[in-house]
Amino acid sequence: MIRVTRRYRFAASHRLHSERFSEGENRALYGKCNNPHGHGHDYVLEVSVSGPLDPVSGQVINVSALDNLVASRVVHDFDHKYMNADVREFQEVVPTSENILRVIEERLAAHWHSVFSGDGPRLEAIRLRETKRNLFELRAS
Amino acid sequence: MLITRKAEFSASHVCAQSSLTLEQNRALYGLAANPNGHGHNYVLEVTLEGDPDPATGMVFDLKQLKEIIHKAVIEPMDHRFLNYEVPPFDKVVPTAENVAAEIWNRLEPSFEGSPARLQNVRLYETDDLYVDYAGARK
Ligand SMILES: [Zn+2]
Repeated sequence: MIRVTRRYRFAASHRLHSERFSEGENRALYGKCNNPHGHGHDYVLEVSVSGPLDPVSGQVINVSALDNLVASRVVHDFDHKYMNADVREFQEVVPTSENILRVIEERLAAHWHSVFSGDGPRLEAIRLRETKRNLFELRAS
Repeated sequence: MLITRKAEFSASHVCAQSSLTLEQNRALYGLAANPNGHGHNYVLEVTLEGDPDPATGMVFDLKQLKEIIHKAVIEPMDHRFLNYEVPPFDKVVPTAENVAAEIWNRLEPSFEGSPARLQNVRLYETDDLYVDYAGARK
């Protein structure tokens, strides 16, 4: 088994707040992250892919192609943005790290096969480090 | 139980195939295709799996593991130009994938007949790119 992992970074702000709950419930549930004006993080995103090792190129994946995909579909839209307002999906969904991972997976999956062949690398996992103390991982389906 | 030992080495390499043009190599390998080479501070994490010996309380003697890594990897690769000085990289492109697999192949025989088995080799080429290799079988 061989797996390649690439790290990316983006700085973004968010506010955790759900219309489903009262002001008091939101504060109790999301704590400081419910601050009305939002707050930000330097997110670290890890993308892990696995697949056959091409014996000629010595690669599992063309890293530049992965960089372009992640840059155009994720980093470009997230970096230095207020996610609640600037990222389409978070106008409906609370931008918790769990939901951010889901959105990133959907965005990568939607464009994966326009970049990589069917028997090529497959997305295995994505990880999001919100702060030094929080790490979230989604195993791709 | 898993135990992991870390080691570092610095080496230079070129990622290119001699049958391709510079442009084709750039498309495949990006900046790593520069014909004169470039270098990295590689970070290696070697993970063994086994049950702690009831007498010693250890899965494997870490001093011995350090020695094995040093002889098999650090001595031959540290401060070397991989393509010119470390076979098989005269014939095989020294991508992070291939370097990780080569390190696995060099380490694995040391654990034959040992109670611990080599479980994973993780090679960081940079802080932002790493490869996990767990052998060809699985
Ligand atoms: Zn390089």
